[in-house]
Amino acid sequence: MRYAMAIDTKKCVGCSDCVVACQTENNIPIGYSRDWITETVEGTYPGLHLQIRSERCNHCEDTPCVRTCPTGASHVIEGGIVKVTPEECIGCGSCIEACPYDARYVHPEGWVDKCTFCDHRINNGQDPACVSVCPTTCMYFGDLDDPNSEVSRITAVRRIKVLAAEAGTKPQIFYLV
Amino acid sequence: MYITLNIKGFFMKTTRRQFIKISSMGVGGLALAATPILNWVPSFLKKDNDIPDDSKAKRYPTYCEICFWKCAGWTYTKNVDGKEKIWKIIGNNDDQHSSGRFCPRGTGGVGMYEDEDRLKHPLIREKDEDGNQYFRKATWDEAITVIADKLKNVAQKYSPNCVAMFSHGSGGKFWGNVLKAYGTNSISAPSYAQCRGPREVGFIATFGKGIGSPEPTDIRNTKCLVLIGSHIGENMHNGQVQEMSQAIDNGATIITVDPRFSTAASKSDFWLPIKPATDLALLLTWINVIIEEELYDKEYVEKYTYGFEQIKEHVKNNTPEWAYGITGLKPDLIRKTARAMGNASPAVIVHPGRHVTWYGDDTQRLRAVAILNAILGSWGRRGGFYQPEGIKLKSMPHPAYPKISHTWRDATPGKFKLADLALASGICDATIPSPDRDCSYKAWIINGTNLITTLPDRKNTIAALQNLELVVVIDTMPAEITGYADVVLPECTYLERYDMLRTSKHREPSIALRMPAAKPKYDSKPGWEMAKMLAEKLGLGAYVPYNDITELLDWQLKQIGSSLDEMQKIGVKKIDREYNDLYFLNGEEHEFSTNTGKIELYSTALVEEGFDAMPKYTAHPEPQPGFYRLNYGRAPMHTFGRTVNNPHLNDLMDENVLWVNPKIAQLEDLSAGQEVWLKNQDDVISSFPIKVRITERIRQDMVYMVHGFGRQDDRLSRSYGKGASDSELITHIMHDKIMGGTGMRGNFVKFITENPHPSDKPLTRKVNII
Repeated sequence: MRYAMAIDTKKCVGCSDCVVACQTENNIPIGYSRDWITETVEGTYPGLHLQIRSERCNHCEDTPCVRTCPTGASHVIEGGIVKVTPEECIGCGSCIEACPYDARYVHPEGWVDKCTFCDHRINNGQDPACVSVCPTTCMYFGDLDDPNSEVSRITAVRRIKVLAAEAGTKPQIFYLV
Repeated sequence: MYITLNIKGFFMKTTRRQFIKISSMGVGGLALAATPILNWVPSFLKKDNDIPDDSKAKRYPTYCEICFWKCAGWTYTKNVDGKEKIWKIIGNNDDQHSSGRFCPRGTGGVGMYEDEDRLKHPLIREKDEDGNQYFRKATWDEAITVIADKLKNVAQKYSPNCVAMFSHGSGGKFWGNVLKAYGTNSISAPSYAQCRGPREVGFIATFGKGIGSPEPTDIRNTKCLVLIGSHIGENMHNGQVQEMSQAIDNGATIITVDPRFSTAASKSDFWLPIKPATDLALLLTWINVIIEEELYDKEYVEKYTYGFEQIKEHVKNNTPEWAYGITGLKPDLIRKTARAMGNASPAVIVHPGRHVTWYGDDTQRLRAVAILNAILGSWGRRGGFYQPEGIKLKSMPHPAYPKISHTWRDATPGKFKLADLALASGICDATIPSPDRDCSYKAWIINGTNLITTLPDRKNTIAALQNLELVVVIDTMPAEITGYADVVLPECTYLERYDMLRTSKHREPSIALRMPAAKPKYDSKPGWEMAKMLAEKLGLGAYVPYNDITELLDWQLKQIGSSLDEMQKIGVKKIDREYNDLYFLNGEEHEFSTNTGKIELYSTALVEEGFDAMPKYTAHPEPQPGFYRLNYGRAPMHTFGRTVNNPHLNDLMDENVLWVNPKIAQLEDLSAGQEVWLKNQDDVISSFPIKVRITERIRQDMVYMVHGFGRQDDRLSRSYGKGASDSELITHIMHDKIMGGTGMRGNFVKFITENPHPSDKPLTRKVNII
């Protein structure tokens, strides 16, 4: 089992619904977020290209955040989901430093928080909150080990790119470009 | 050139960013000694991973009130410390407006409920011994009594016809009922003359039928979608955003006309970076090319339309070469896009847009849009415009409304006969006494609309307010307009109340229920209850023949074979279409509600009223040297000014920024993030500064900002003074002679880099609350 997400930049409008849905679903305090929107503009008027991306933890196969954690709070669960156990986290911030995606933050209660792929929802057969809310249906979630999953099928036929490939962490968020 | 803009850093609050800065000092002792440790709490206090299972959580049906799209969904609650609390809002899968997916505003709707700046108590304007005015917290009975007494007084001294209502949102129906019973029909909404009115009139003149809401655009089945000044994706009209995404998946051709490289433009096959204010020239040229190159739907045109030869003759000089000099668009691009439309015909949509009050010739511009759709054969066709159907629910029997001698049309005597709804701006103007008018309005009931910012020409609105004997504001949030009220009534949010059933037309008729998921917070009440209290105080109780709205809803539902009990379980119910005419059937005869019974390319109704039968291009004023056209629009996470203080949505975007082309930034010596004030052609200066966003995504002759910011009421703790208000700078109005719309895009601004205000807290609020 290898959970992954594909995000279609041809459809994403950057509305931030994924951000709010995550906030309400996971009780993220106002002012913090596990996912966010980035936009990239290239060219000069009127020859322009705009790419909008919904970004979050890449649930990398190679996890510098887990390696650097002094207490074992950062860990990998089934399906390759990278998680933090709040009770074990001392909020030292090493994982934040180690993450090439800037995907972690310190929760006001002192522990480091990040995207969980909404594992509590996956376990009930639901998609993560961000995927299930997206009005443009630009996000696909599933098991890459299953060739019939939506995420396997779409990444097989579309041109894909990953962010910060040079970091070599084998990220599992794929952008359809 | 390569610019990465992190929205999280640019638009959103930077709390998270700031923290990262602290921790980036190093992984060693310094970071360990910083805030994390200080904030560290024992694990038994941690509750944040305690997320309930959806299937076990309680949920209540609702339909969204954050915008007019009214998506139906479920409000989920969860148990926190032994109490059920509102948790999240999720779309209802059976709902055609949302298909089970809410937009960010709907998802963030919980913030409207949570907002601690909400109006909490009824307030009555009082005067102290020194003549200073203030708001006094009042009981509901006191507040309603003041309103009833003043209304009785206005009826006696003048006439009940002299009372007007302005409304946006669901509660308006209850107030409208009471006012009709009281004796006035001057019930208006700024969403008409300040927004979609010209579109309705332009389409009625052509097809005998307006567009309505939600727009019946069959985007998911289209082969070609043309957006002209419509920025789907930045306007988060949910169903349309979803269907545009489906159209992208289906490989539809998307053509976007916008002087700004909008989100939609970035998704398009063709982007036409038009010179502002020249859209009508492009539309006429497209009509010309489609006719000259015989790309139109010949059978459809012959069968259904009137005036083809006239329109053909009318546009014969509007060639792409002619348009090039006006619009700045290359003839080749105009031809290519016209051919794309022709190839897709009839599965093509030239989108009518929504906020279309731009340059005063808006009805005629929308007529051109309608004509283009007509010759492409898209009206009533799959992939074009479908024919929506709704259900009309019965009202509980009540006495007939009294006859009205002076209607809203008398506010603009002899003018705007083609307007099909009351003009909010017309009523505002008719409140200022004038010798040529026998009756001016004496009382305003304002439900859920911040007239100070929704009506253009603020000075005029404030002048009108000074002539009123009673101003009532009903809202959930304080706003600029509440400062001018005599009585403020705090409405509870949509998550805390029942409302009328949603019956909007769609592909299939449907009804949706809104029910409370929590008790009203503070001393707030639902609209139906306040309106009922007022009806009773006015002796009009017979017009509200129910004790509780649930009786009305159950009665209405039983008339159509459902019940409140059933709707509480399902939220949305689809009903079979009465007519099998979602699309025109092949070769079917069709009678249109126009004078000729045909689709009028040549409008006989416009001629009757003394207007041009077919649209003509006229040049509009252009910016003087040093000035830039002020353009405004939407952000996906906000609905006008209604949401800017919502904690969740404010967190996504807490201020607007001013889009400026890099060459202009260089010329004007502006840097990214610099605060500037704007001064318009009438020397009106923005109250607050706005930060400059230097971006290639905009032309050099204009600037752009998202509407709804620059709020001036300091009771809005999160949004007060954040960003600038476009409406404050819209003082030059270009009136639509046909229907009275207020064109707002003929305003020009220049930059001021030093604070022009003597005090940095310009307060416009008239009274304080004690």
